Amino acid sequence: MAKEGLGLEITELRLGLPGGGTEKNEKKRVFSEISEEEENEKSNGPPELQSKSQVVGWPPVCSYRKKNSFGDKDGSKTSKFYVKVSMDGAPFLRKIDLALHKGYSDLAKALEKLFGEALRDAESCEFVPIYEDKDGDWMLAGDVPWEMFIESCKRLRIMKKADAKGFGVLQSREALNGTLKE
Amino acid sequence: MNYFPDEVLEHVFDFITSHKDRNSVSLVCKSWYKIERYSRQRVFIGNCYSISPERLIARFPGLKSLTLKGKPHFADFNLVPHDWGGFVYPWIEALAKSRIGLEELRLKRMVVSDESLELLSKSFVNFKSLVLVSCEGFTTDGLAAIAANCRFLRELDLQENEVDDHRGHWLSCFPESCTSLISLNFACLRGEVNLGALERLVSRSPNLKSLRLNRAVPLDTLQKLLMRAPQLVDLGIGSYVHDPFSEAYNKLKIAIQRCKSIRSLSGFLEVAPHCMSAIYPICGNLTFLNLSYAPGLHGNKLMKLIQHCRKLQRLWILDCIGDKGLGVVALTCKELQELRVFPSDPFEAGNAAVTEEGLVLVSAGCTKLNSLLYFCQQMTNAALITVAKNCPNFIRFRLCILDPIKPDPVTNQPLDEGFGAIVQSCKGLKRLSLSGLLTDQVFLYIGMYAEQLEMLSIAFAADSDKGMLYVLNGCKKLRKLEIRDCPFGDSALLEDVGKYETMRSLWMSSCEVTLGGCKSVAEKMPTLNVEIIDESEQMEFNLDDKQKVDKMYLYRTLVGHRKDAPEYVWIL
Repeated sequence: MAKEGLGLEITELRLGLPGGGTEKNEKKRVFSEISEEEENEKSNGPPELQSKSQVVGWPPVCSYRKKNSFGDKDGSKTSKFYVKVSMDGAPFLRKIDLALHKGYSDLAKALEKLFGEALRDAESCEFVPIYEDKDGDWMLAGDVPWEMFIESCKRLRIMKKADAKGFGVLQSREALNGTLKE
Repeated sequence: MNYFPDEVLEHVFDFITSHKDRNSVSLVCKSWYKIERYSRQRVFIGNCYSISPERLIARFPGLKSLTLKGKPHFADFNLVPHDWGGFVYPWIEALAKSRIGLEELRLKRMVVSDESLELLSKSFVNFKSLVLVSCEGFTTDGLAAIAANCRFLRELDLQENEVDDHRGHWLSCFPESCTSLISLNFACLRGEVNLGALERLVSRSPNLKSLRLNRAVPLDTLQKLLMRAPQLVDLGIGSYVHDPFSEAYNKLKIAIQRCKSIRSLSGFLEVAPHCMSAIYPICGNLTFLNLSYAPGLHGNKLMKLIQHCRKLQRLWILDCIGDKGLGVVALTCKELQELRVFPSDPFEAGNAAVTEEGLVLVSAGCTKLNSLLYFCQQMTNAALITVAKNCPNFIRFRLCILDPIKPDPVTNQPLDEGFGAIVQSCKGLKRLSLSGLLTDQVFLYIGMYAEQLEMLSIAFAADSDKGMLYVLNGCKKLRKLEIRDCPFGDSALLEDVGKYETMRSLWMSSCEVTLGGCKSVAEKMPTLNVEIIDESEQMEFNLDDKQKVDKMYLYRTLVGHRKDAPEYVWIL
């Protein structure tokens, strides 16, 4: 499962700290340490507040509500993220609503449903999932947090790994590789 | 007490409907247990892993209505992996094989597959009611099976589920002969529906009282539906976007005015705020208004709408209402019992529009307030103390300050005294969620005063194990305790392991408990399942007992270890 934002980093920091939790406000220090880190990295936006978005599960708003009621004050932002998906060797393209999926592994399952036949027919081929971002660049899927991905993804392509060799594309991530590999 | 014939006792028990009371009745003596179990029709199971379907069926052969809850509460906030568990299929399969004449199934936080829905739809002739809350795993194909096969369906209620929408055709699967619908809620579906089929369905459902539409249902369809169903009591509007000078808008005004029975209004998933005046005629009768999915509605338009709602008992709203808007609520909604204020944009907490001021205003104006969920920018001890004085009747008090470790901004103190005032004043408090800067002191107060507390949620709080110990020792009625990112370790966890058998469950994540501590609990208490959830695979490589556990979920059970846990869940 793709690791999201700083969720696991908080855990890693905490496990590395000494003692049995007797230090005062240890939890809170960890939280504000992350905030300061973010503060230094980011140059725009209200500093300590922007970092809070990276903490897994905070604020405690259920994911359904997050997807359906935020950032839509003027109604211009739609919650649909339909993108075209092409697969090398498949006769026609499909469309998929990225907003319907919770993460990369979910997307992989959906892609498998859409292209199941074509994937099975392809002879011992490995596939690489790539996407075209807002700048028109083709990127390997799986590097950035899911929320960032659905914001920037304009279209998806399931490329044959053989075709990718000339482009120095890295091994695709487990989350997508596991289900797309023949 | 055995000088009453069984039939008389059974008749008396018919009047006892609450689950708690019926459970108590069954404990009186063997013969009461026997009579109670044969006459029990409704069963509530708060944790699907605490009992097996086989044992349920064996004990309650007359079962008609089953409520099941699956994943722990923190699953709502992405703290529990999606395939952790909570599968409903084994339950439906077991019930289908038995002689149980299931009529109603209510599920919360469970994984529901299309196969289970299909099996459900084909196995129970008299099935009447399906309610799914915060569930996932199914598509509209599963709904199509329910629509097609449940001939006497009265209720299909989908609340906040993640549904894979294959578009449209499921509504057409209700046969022409289906005229029994009382409640239809598909607001959480994202896809298009067959509008013609929807209109025909509503036309042939004279008993329809509750209808909640999704955002794909446009205004002119809404108008037609209201014309066909003026008897509606509960309405969820999908799309509410139109031109106020259009014919469609005039028609809508007329249609709405005919709906004199509407008491509950929700939705407005897409909204054009300048058209709210059409709604005013029904506002005066509303007891429940849910605008928490309508970020397009704010400012003066929102306040004007609320000013028409004098009989409101429950209000769910976004924080763009602002403190000023809450002032309007305080002046208008004197019957208000429940208020929920959700964040409209949690990632820009600086713009969150409600503070302690709004809450104080509401507490002063709405003295019947007993249930609160409040996401805010900041809170002060003084405000909480005032709120505690104004509203001593809180049963549920859930406060979420968007910055979880923020102190009182005026005094820079922790919020211990404020929450302390709440628990001391509200003697009937059953559910409490804390946030803000908090030390062990607040837990001392909770342990001392919160005698009726059943559920407590803690995040980023406390200084030491003492905090957790105060709660475990003091709150005798505690059933659910969920903790994240607090410095509670093994000595708190192990102080009184017997206590956990009196509770439904305990969740601890990102705390200080170790693998050794969790193992200890499991060893001492065989009637608990102690689960360690570790997705990072650290447990596989490092079985050192001193290793800190990232997520632990323990719960009492009568059926031992579950067999369906994924590989990253270790049951000790």
